[in-house]
Amino acid sequence: MSTLAQPKRAPETPSPKPKKGQKEVGQDRAATSQGRWAFWLISPALVLLAVVIVYPVVNAIIMAFQKDQGLDPVTKVFVSGGPAGFDNFVHWLAQQCGSAACAPGTLGSQFWSAVGTTFFFTVVTVVLETVLGFWMAVIMARTFRGRSALRAAVLVPWAIPTAVTAKLWFFIFAFDGIANKLFGTAILWTGSEWPARWAIIISDVWKTTPFMALLILAGLQIIPAEVYEAAKVDGASAWQRFTQITLPLVKPALMVAVLFRVLDALRMYDLPAIMTQGSNGTTTLSILVVDQIRQGFNSAAALSTITFLIIFLVAFIFVRFLGANAVASATPKTKGQEK
Amino acid sequence: MNTRKYLLPAAVAGVLAMSLSACGGGGGGSTASSGGDAAANLDGRGPITYVQGKDNSNVVRPLVDKWNAAHPDQKVTFKEQSDQADQQHDDLVQNFQAKNANYDVVDVDVIWTAEFAAKGWLQPLSDKMSIDTSKMLPATVKTATYNNTLFAAPQTSDGGILFYRKDLVPTPPKTWDEMMSMCSIAKSHGIDCYAGQFAKYEGLTVNAAEAINSAGGTIVGDDGKSTVTSAAAKAGLNNLVTAYKNGNIPTQGVTYQEEQGRQSFEDGKLLFLRNWPYVYNLAKTDGSSKVKDTFGMAPLPGKSGPGASSLGGHNLAVSVYSQHKATAKDFLAFMTSEETEKFYATQGSLAPVIGSLYDDPTLVQQLPYLPVLKTSISNAVPRPVSPFYPAVTKAIQDNAYAAIKGDKSVDQAMTDMDTAINSASQ
Repeated sequence: MSTLAQPKRAPETPSPKPKKGQKEVGQDRAATSQGRWAFWLISPALVLLAVVIVYPVVNAIIMAFQKDQGLDPVTKVFVSGGPAGFDNFVHWLAQQCGSAACAPGTLGSQFWSAVGTTFFFTVVTVVLETVLGFWMAVIMARTFRGRSALRAAVLVPWAIPTAVTAKLWFFIFAFDGIANKLFGTAILWTGSEWPARWAIIISDVWKTTPFMALLILAGLQIIPAEVYEAAKVDGASAWQRFTQITLPLVKPALMVAVLFRVLDALRMYDLPAIMTQGSNGTTTLSILVVDQIRQGFNSAAALSTITFLIIFLVAFIFVRFLGANAVASATPKTKGQEK
Repeated sequence: MNTRKYLLPAAVAGVLAMSLSACGGGGGGSTASSGGDAAANLDGRGPITYVQGKDNSNVVRPLVDKWNAAHPDQKVTFKEQSDQADQQHDDLVQNFQAKNANYDVVDVDVIWTAEFAAKGWLQPLSDKMSIDTSKMLPATVKTATYNNTLFAAPQTSDGGILFYRKDLVPTPPKTWDEMMSMCSIAKSHGIDCYAGQFAKYEGLTVNAAEAINSAGGTIVGDDGKSTVTSAAAKAGLNNLVTAYKNGNIPTQGVTYQEEQGRQSFEDGKLLFLRNWPYVYNLAKTDGSSKVKDTFGMAPLPGKSGPGASSLGGHNLAVSVYSQHKATAKDFLAFMTSEETEKFYATQGSLAPVIGSLYDDPTLVQQLPYLPVLKTSISNAVPRPVSPFYPAVTKAIQDNAYAAIKGDKSVDQAMTDMDTAINSASQ
């Protein structure tokens, strides 16, 4: 006979007074009005994104199917080229200039070597940055005095604008610069093929390892300390703790970091452009695009679209098959657990 | 309560409106030439804007002030661009494509004039807009002419000069072979012999063109087709290739732009340097210069006499989209008058385009290299005047670089250069 038989159940969401004729009013109405509110609040940002991102991309794709301006032989003035179908794409992918193969000295002859160079830079720099970044992150994850100062100092290379970094390393790698003096060598860093490539790789790794280190550090800090303690109690060695605990648990953050770096590296422009002007086998796809813009917009749009597709493909492979969860949380999604 | 509810959306809409207004400027304008634009506003008078790259020597502002004082109702506003040539070019292209009426008088490098004229952006300087070019050096007028029409007024010029160590070589070499034979002097003093600009950039086109033209060859003919497979052209490029191979051009020479060569020369590590006249002031007055009183200047050595320097310099052009073209024409005449050219020479060490000024005693006293520069410019050959210049220069750069470094034979390099230059005008 107690009057306090059951605690009063509080409603799950706050609801306005139910009106006549509305069923289960609270949740539905709040959700719809919130939904409408949300739409109006987001729409300005969506419009801005559409103008700034979608319109140029779509315009570039349309331009890619137009011919570049040609010289009218009579008036010697440039006139519109008209539609080109897939000619621009064939020009780049098959390295055809008109009906003949593109001769060395034209941009068209450099497409596949630029693709190779870009992928080479991407793979080497990302591998080096991941390894070094991981090492730095593991150090920074430990608790010691001056840790915050170290974390701040480590970010300095990343904070310097890339153009400044490029000029810096350009002077270091000059023939009579510090690099040659320190090692007593006479390597023509910016004047020969492999030294130039390694010069760019070294400066890129110097610049971007802090970025990777910080992203991996964020992933390391999610791992609870108890897991390590339990493993220690069970007698796991340091290497086993690393491979069996750290690596699997850091994998989501690591894959995201690697994905970002790969997408960035595939678009590398400023470092090779300033250090070597793209000479000696260091021309990347972006350098090719910028050079082509001065010679013909529509062809450059086609090359830009091809670059976009390549990068999209790489990102797709990462997200689909390598499990880079760029959007969702770090824990794997399973059906039936959605809130 | 009511106003607060709408405050947030209003603020967001306001921010959006501001951001969209920042995306000013239209998309691509029409690409066909508009004869209508060239005939419009020929008599328009009013304020105009003058666009030029960075005014390092502070010559423009005093001139603009002088004009504004004399023409208070047709004032000129000076718009300064960056000091990087590529960025100046891209800025002009963007504004011309948007048909910006605010760019009235523009300063164009000699190598862009044909390109802009062919795109229909420059006002032809004929009939009502014609200016007097009779006193100007013919080579400079050639750079401002496209399709037999004058499209710009030559403003300043520039020619290559041979800087040499007069303490080690009392009389400068007159021919290339003579210069190469003097390299033994460099070797005995433990310094490098000859350097120009051989990094892979526009400077290499300048140097390669000089080598080819000095040996009697040409790069393009009058019809725009390439002529680099001639024996003379190959011999010219071969001069550079051989010099690099046997060490007369130092190994690091392929990384040299203008500044690196100047540094090496000022440090006393170079016997002969091909560079622009601006080096004179710096080598004479730099604190770190070791050659202040020991260097001389001579015309570039050629095959059997003075060599053919590449012509540098700038031209002034009027935009077809300008609304005050009569004012622009008068401003053009003012900026290319004899008095202004003298001011450019004395204040900015910029070579004048009026031939008689090179013999003017007051100028020669201030710039002792003027007679040498006059020989250089009189024998100068402009780089190919082509509307497809970016592609042509790339063809020259890539192949000349490969040949000099020994990655390709000269024959193969010239064949590739020939195909590449011809495919540029497709």
